[in-house]
Amino acid sequence: MAHLKHRASSVAFDAQSANAVELKGVTFGYDRRRPVLAAIDMTIPRGKVVAIMGASGSGKTTILRLIGGQLRPVKGRVVVAGQSVADLDRAGLFGLRRRVGMLFQFGALFTDLTVFENIAFPMRELTDLPDELIRDLVLMKLNAVGLRGSAQLKPSELSGGMARRVALARAIALDPMLVMYDEPFAGLDPISLGVVGQLIRRMNDALGSTSVVVTHDIYESLKIVDYIYFVSEGRVIAKGTPDEVRASTDPFVRQFVDGEPDGPVPFHVRARPLAAEFAAHAG
Amino acid sequence: MPADALGRGVRRLGAGTINAVVRIGYAARFFVAILTHSPQSILRVGLTTREIYFAGVLSLVIILLSGLFVGMVLALQGFDVLEKYGAGDSLGVFVALSLVRELGPVVAGLLFASRAGSAITAEIGLMKTTDQLAAMEMMAVDPLSRIVAPRFWGGVISMPLLAALFSVMGVFGAYIVGVRLIGADSGTFWGNMRAGVGFWPDITNGIIKSCVFGVAVCLIAVFEGYTAKPTAEGVATATTRTVVIGSLAILALDFVLTVFMFRGMGAK
Repeated sequence: MAHLKHRASSVAFDAQSANAVELKGVTFGYDRRRPVLAAIDMTIPRGKVVAIMGASGSGKTTILRLIGGQLRPVKGRVVVAGQSVADLDRAGLFGLRRRVGMLFQFGALFTDLTVFENIAFPMRELTDLPDELIRDLVLMKLNAVGLRGSAQLKPSELSGGMARRVALARAIALDPMLVMYDEPFAGLDPISLGVVGQLIRRMNDALGSTSVVVTHDIYESLKIVDYIYFVSEGRVIAKGTPDEVRASTDPFVRQFVDGEPDGPVPFHVRARPLAAEFAAHAG
Repeated sequence: MPADALGRGVRRLGAGTINAVVRIGYAARFFVAILTHSPQSILRVGLTTREIYFAGVLSLVIILLSGLFVGMVLALQGFDVLEKYGAGDSLGVFVALSLVRELGPVVAGLLFASRAGSAITAEIGLMKTTDQLAAMEMMAVDPLSRIVAPRFWGGVISMPLLAALFSVMGVFGAYIVGVRLIGADSGTFWGNMRAGVGFWPDITNGIIKSCVFGVAVCLIAVFEGYTAKPTAEGVATATTRTVVIGSLAILALDFVLTVFMFRGMGAK
C-alpha cells in the first residue's frame, strides 16, 4: 500500500511472518466473575483460511475483537503480524487496521452511500489515489464479487446475500494481509451461502491474504477452510483440519457436526431442578 | 419495611446522581474530543456542508412557518395590550425586541432540537446499532472525525442562521397582521423598530444566544447518539433524551444568558 495517506506510526508489521495471528494464553472477560475467554491458545498461519466455530455466546466474536484491537486481553498476548496488539498505541492500532479487513455479521454497509461509494470509502479515506484509479479499483472489486451491475444501488435495495458480497468487496478494498469474517453465512439462502463461501476462499488465495472466519455453519466451513478451532465456554476444546473433523470421535465435535440437540452442549440452560422449581411455586 | 424502602430510595437517588455526574463528565470529555478532531473535518468542507444541508436547509420550512405564525400572534396580542395603554405605536419595536432577544433564539432552538437534533441522534445511534461505527473504526477511520464532528459543526453553523431567519419571518408576520390587517401605521411600525432595536445590545446578544443554544443542542444530540444502547429501544430513548434535555438546556441557558446580557440595562 504505497499510497496510504498517513504514516500511522513507526510500528513495523511483519507481513512475511509465518503466523498471521497468534493468541497465547489469552483470557478476557467484561467482569472478573464471568470470563468470556479462558487461556485461549490459537495459531493462524499466513495464507490459510481458518474457521473458529462454536455455539452462540461461546466467545467467537470476542476473539475477532481482540485481534482487531477493539478489546484488550486481561491476560496473555494477541500477536498480529509479529506485533503484540496490546502494546500498540492508537496510531499503531490504526496502522494495523489499515492492513486488516473485516466483514461484519450483517455487512455494516454505510446506508447513506451507494454500493460504489461503500467500496470506495476506505480508498478515499486512507489513500491519495486519484478518482479515476479509485473508480477502476472499485469496479474490479465489484466484478470479483459479481456485483458490478449493482454499483449505483443503495444498501437498502440489496438482498442479504448481495449485501454480504458488497461488504466482502469493501473488506478487501485495500488488499489487506488479514481478513476477518464475523458470521458471514448467517441468514443466507443456500445459493448465496455457497457463493459467499467460495468468494472467501477465492479472495484469500488470489490476494495471498489470511482469513479468519467466525461461524457456526459447519457444512460450508468444511468445504472452504484449511483448519478449524472449536470454542465452547471460552475454551478451545477441539481443533483440526476438515478431514480430521469429519473423522473425529470427540463428543463435542460430533454433536456440532451431526447437529444433535443435546450433548456436551446441553439442551437446557443451567437451572435448579424442575421438582424444586414446582415445589417453590406450590409452597 | 419503611426503613428498607427509604434505604432503597436513597440508594436509587445516589446511584442516579452518580450516574448523572459521570455522564456530564463523559460529555465534557466528548466535547473536548470533538474539538480536537474538528480541524480534520472542517478542512474537508464537503462533509460539514452536507450536514448544514441536513440540519439547516431541511429545517427551513418548519422554522420559517413557525416564525411567521409567532410574529402574527405577537402582533395580534401585542397590539391590543399596547393600545390599551396608548402605546400602539410601539408595536414594531415590541415585536422586534421580543423576537431578536428571546423568541427567535429560544423557539428556533426548541424547534431545532426537535427536528435536527433528534435526527442527528437517531442517525448516529442507528449507525452504532448496525455496526457502521465499528466498521469505520476497523477501517482505521475515526468516527469522531468522519461522523460526529461534521454533524456537530453543521448544526452549530445552522442554528444562528435559522434563529435569524425565524426573527425575520416573525417581523414580517407581525407587519402583515399589525399593519396590513389591523391598520397600524407602516412608517411608525418600521421607524420605531429602527430606533428601538440596537445592534449590539439586542441583535448581537440574540446571535450569541443562538450560537450557545446551537453548541448545547448539537453536543447533546451527537453525545446521545454516540452513547446510545445499540438496540431499537436504546436509539428511541436516546432520541427522546435529546429533545427533552436539549429543550431544557435551551431554557436554562436562556435564563442564565439573559441575566448576564440584559439585567443591567433597565437599572441605567
